[in-house]
Amino acid sequence: MGVALTRAAQWTSAGSGTGTLELTPLNESLLNDIIKFAENFSSRHPQEAVFFSLYEVSFYSSSGTTVQSEERDKDGQPLLLLTASTIKVRSFGQLSRLLHVAMEKKLKEAQACLQANRDPIVKILGPGYGTIEGEDMSMLRLLDRMKKDDDPDTEIKMKISLLLQQLDMQLLNSSLKHISQKVRLSPAAVKNEVDLLKHFSGEGEDTVLESLEYTSEYEFSNGCRAPPWRQVHGEICYLIVKPHDTDPLYITCSTAGVFLNGEKDDIDYERKSDICKDLITLLRERSPKFVENMAKQVFDAEDVGQAQKFYDYSEKNVFEKTKSPLVKSKPIDKKLEPSLKWKNVGLPASQDKVSEKSDEISESSSESEEDEEQPERHQEGNTDLPSEYWQIQKLVKYIKGGNQTATVIALCSMRDFNLAQETCQLAIRDVGGLEVLINLLDTEEIKCKIGSLKILKEISQNSQIRRTIADFGGLQIMVKILDSPDKDLKCLAAETIANVARFKRARRTVRQYGGIKRLVGLLDCVPLGSANLTPRQEKDIEVARCGALALWSCSKSTKNKEAIRRAGGIPLLARLLKSPHANMLTPVVGTLQECASEPSYRLAIKTERMIENLVKNLSGENEELQMHCASAIFKCAEDEETRDLVRHHGGLQPLAILLSNSENKELLAAVTGAIWKCAISRENVTKFREYKAIETLVVLLTDQPEEVLVNVVGALGECCQEPANRAIIRKCGGIPPLVNLLTGTNKALLVNVTKAVGACATEPENMMIIDRLDGVRLLWSLLKNPHPDVQASAAWAICPCIENAKDAGEMVRSFVGGLELIVSLLKSENKEVLASVCAAITNIAKDEENLAVITDHGVVPLLSKLANTVSEIFLNNDKLRKPKLLALATEKAKYG
Amino acid sequence: MKLNIITSVITFFYFTVNKIEVECLIKLFHTLVVEPSDRHAIIGLDRNMFRNILHVTFGMTDDMIMDRVFRAFDTDNDSCVSVTEWVEGLSIFLRGTLEEKMKYCFEVYDLNGDGYISREEMFHMLKNSLLKQPSEEDPDEGIKDLVEITLKKMDYDHDGKLSYTDFEKAVRDENLLLEAFGPCLPDIKVLNHFCMKPGEKENTSAY
Repeated sequence: MGVALTRAAQWTSAGSGTGTLELTPLNESLLNDIIKFAENFSSRHPQEAVFFSLYEVSFYSSSGTTVQSEERDKDGQPLLLLTASTIKVRSFGQLSRLLHVAMEKKLKEAQACLQANRDPIVKILGPGYGTIEGEDMSMLRLLDRMKKDDDPDTEIKMKISLLLQQLDMQLLNSSLKHISQKVRLSPAAVKNEVDLLKHFSGEGEDTVLESLEYTSEYEFSNGCRAPPWRQVHGEICYLIVKPHDTDPLYITCSTAGVFLNGEKDDIDYERKSDICKDLITLLRERSPKFVENMAKQVFDAEDVGQAQKFYDYSEKNVFEKTKSPLVKSKPIDKKLEPSLKWKNVGLPASQDKVSEKSDEISESSSESEEDEEQPERHQEGNTDLPSEYWQIQKLVKYIKGGNQTATVIALCSMRDFNLAQETCQLAIRDVGGLEVLINLLDTEEIKCKIGSLKILKEISQNSQIRRTIADFGGLQIMVKILDSPDKDLKCLAAETIANVARFKRARRTVRQYGGIKRLVGLLDCVPLGSANLTPRQEKDIEVARCGALALWSCSKSTKNKEAIRRAGGIPLLARLLKSPHANMLTPVVGTLQECASEPSYRLAIKTERMIENLVKNLSGENEELQMHCASAIFKCAEDEETRDLVRHHGGLQPLAILLSNSENKELLAAVTGAIWKCAISRENVTKFREYKAIETLVVLLTDQPEEVLVNVVGALGECCQEPANRAIIRKCGGIPPLVNLLTGTNKALLVNVTKAVGACATEPENMMIIDRLDGVRLLWSLLKNPHPDVQASAAWAICPCIENAKDAGEMVRSFVGGLELIVSLLKSENKEVLASVCAAITNIAKDEENLAVITDHGVVPLLSKLANTVSEIFLNNDKLRKPKLLALATEKAKYG
Repeated sequence: MKLNIITSVITFFYFTVNKIEVECLIKLFHTLVVEPSDRHAIIGLDRNMFRNILHVTFGMTDDMIMDRVFRAFDTDNDSCVSVTEWVEGLSIFLRGTLEEKMKYCFEVYDLNGDGYISREEMFHMLKNSLLKQPSEEDPDEGIKDLVEITLKKMDYDHDGKLSYTDFEKAVRDENLLLEAFGPCLPDIKVLNHFCMKPGEKENTSAY
């Protein structure tokens, strides 16, 4: 990576001293590659990951405390040292863990790390391995040394060095791809563009820019206006551009492209924005008015040739057609907005749906607040625009240029288009309609606001539209509308917020502008039980429903959960939970189950007597509602009292009944999850046996998605704690599929499967089947799994297997390298792994021959090294019984 | 008292507005009406006074619409809004059901009273609704287009004009279209002000 970093990465040249690594697209992709490498390092090369580098790699970070890792190197130095401003990392294992912890800040951390360590290879391997251009002898030297002495460090160093060189190669290749895509600007091209734009600038409404000036009048003979000492950096000239709608822009044109500089009074050469390929692209991004007027300009321009030229610069491909004589006869064609980013109506729309769906699942089921990033679709070449496009453009024109009456007519007419269709959604955006619609929200005209929100509510189903609405500040205005006395308006605003707030940034905006508090306020309506409601009360309930919908979307962010709680949302949600209507219950339960990831909510769900209602709704008609109820129970039933409450309110039977609905996988995942957690209580297991849930669970061991399998196996694992159930599982043929699942890769699934198999193995009859299926070997091979949880769970499961298998000693010996493997796990740092492995070793040691083998593998020194930890573990762990420990100790004494 | 009799009669017919409210309306009427010098003249609001009230109190601006509102109020066509007509009209303004409002609006928009809103009438009512753009060759083109859009949206039987049935259907489908051709009902904010409790009203009614 050394060569790639010195040659390919773009270091800022303007600053003095160390220079910084800015986030250009090229650097970003370099960094991402490096991160990927470092992150996966410990899992791919576990041996090399523990290599202690002699020189530490330091970061600059913002946290303020001092932390050190427990892992230490030979000299007792911590491998990770976090002080006020720096992080020092001394092994790859720690580095990859650090990057994991950094999450979305990964990029920043990597950037800081590389800035602080210009040549990381030297830091990692030592000064002899600096990046040298030309022939590099270090590898050969290393090889020599490795041959001479067999120091394991040198070998590992060699391996790391090779890996790093591989990465270097990879980085160079990918940056080459980037560089080759770049456009180089020339002074002549910049001059042309500036002259052209000047032609359309000046005072007045319809010009594209107010003014556009060079900072320097003097032009060098090579066409540049930048001073010579800046020309060496490829800079051509500087511009001051005044658009109609934003502050003046200070722009640098360089051969690499066009970007904003930091000028205020004096030129500051530092780059402040992304690099655009030309001036028009940059202005287009900065000034909506520019985009709008540019389209008009062409229409008004008498000189078609001039207009032609204009487009040649603005968009390479779209305006191919304008070159044909057709233009003159049909001037309307030229009005077309040059950035049409949509085409191919059918296909993208369906893709969009799919990705959207998977997105939402991942969001609601886990805490990951991933932004759904929809790539902008660029149109290539020219296509026939659908007729809707022109009609929508016309309507937007009337909305913009009409009084309230015309606006309302145009808004109503726009609703007649199929707004669920992506063509129409993007057409509205591309003709500048979103801006107009959002501006209407800021007016006093209630009818216009309602009409606009009705459209926004529909089109915000599209994720690109959602982003644009957020970009235009639509959320802030809609949050304000929540205060309006008009209830229809409140409902529409809340429903639109519910749609827009499906990505993280939007949810944050809603919170930051006080939206959560207002939305919680909407929930406050009349008690729902009352029979005859006035129309006014019904309206209030509708407002509450819309508020709940918006809160449901917002509750996917952890901070919003907290905000809802602080705004007093929990008692209100508890009250709405008593509603008899599914359309109210779905968002309410949806919000609750989303928030149940927080302990405070789980406690509230228990104490505010919500379990009763959740259980009641399990037996409804609506599958979505059932699913949310089940997953709320899933999340809450970690708590013992809650599990008892579920049983008291009769929730176990509906759960068992829902198991038979195996079509709806999401529902099934939630239901099996709830059963799993409920089955932690023995009384519940007895109930489940009555309802024949165990038999159904066994059926679900095959042909199910992983989310379902994890829960099914988890539930069976809990049920197996009772001898009677172990027999049931055997009788309905549950053991072969369970053993079969031991070959999987999903960590959560493996932890559950090993537990279930281990529990089954406590019956000699079950053990026979497991043995026949070679289950013990499979369990043993899971000791090699990188996750400590899996290792521990597998080791625990091995214990009953050895206890109950016939000829256990012989069986254990037959696993090649098995005993060595289990002894080596005594070096683990994880206490649970140590405890489980000790237990397994206790069982193994009952066989004299095996005891001899493990003694050969050095079990005694390892155990005595752990002595303190071990006794602590043994005392705290009731799974291990004292006699065995004593037995082991005596055996130890015999041999040691 | 004469006032009481009128009140009871009116309350009987227009029960959508309650009795106290009717009294308030009548009181308001009498403060607005200037006592005629001629004892035999009809007591009521003439066109100018009425238009002034529409403008100042209800925030209407379009002259033509205001004229039509006057005609809609003045059910007996005597060019004067009597106290009964005043209460009738305002009961729709303030407490009207959607049904009543639709009938009233249709009457306002049906300029020649032939039971249909024709293309020409629409054009007439919408002609000032768009900002004139100097670039367009035909300044009326936009308005004509707007009329076509409206017909496409509301003319269910495709006869090129709006009957009351068309209008009713369109408005029931989309309430925003009630005042499709220009504001002829009081703004919601004016309404809120107007519908305050009589006690509160005394303090604020400056007009």
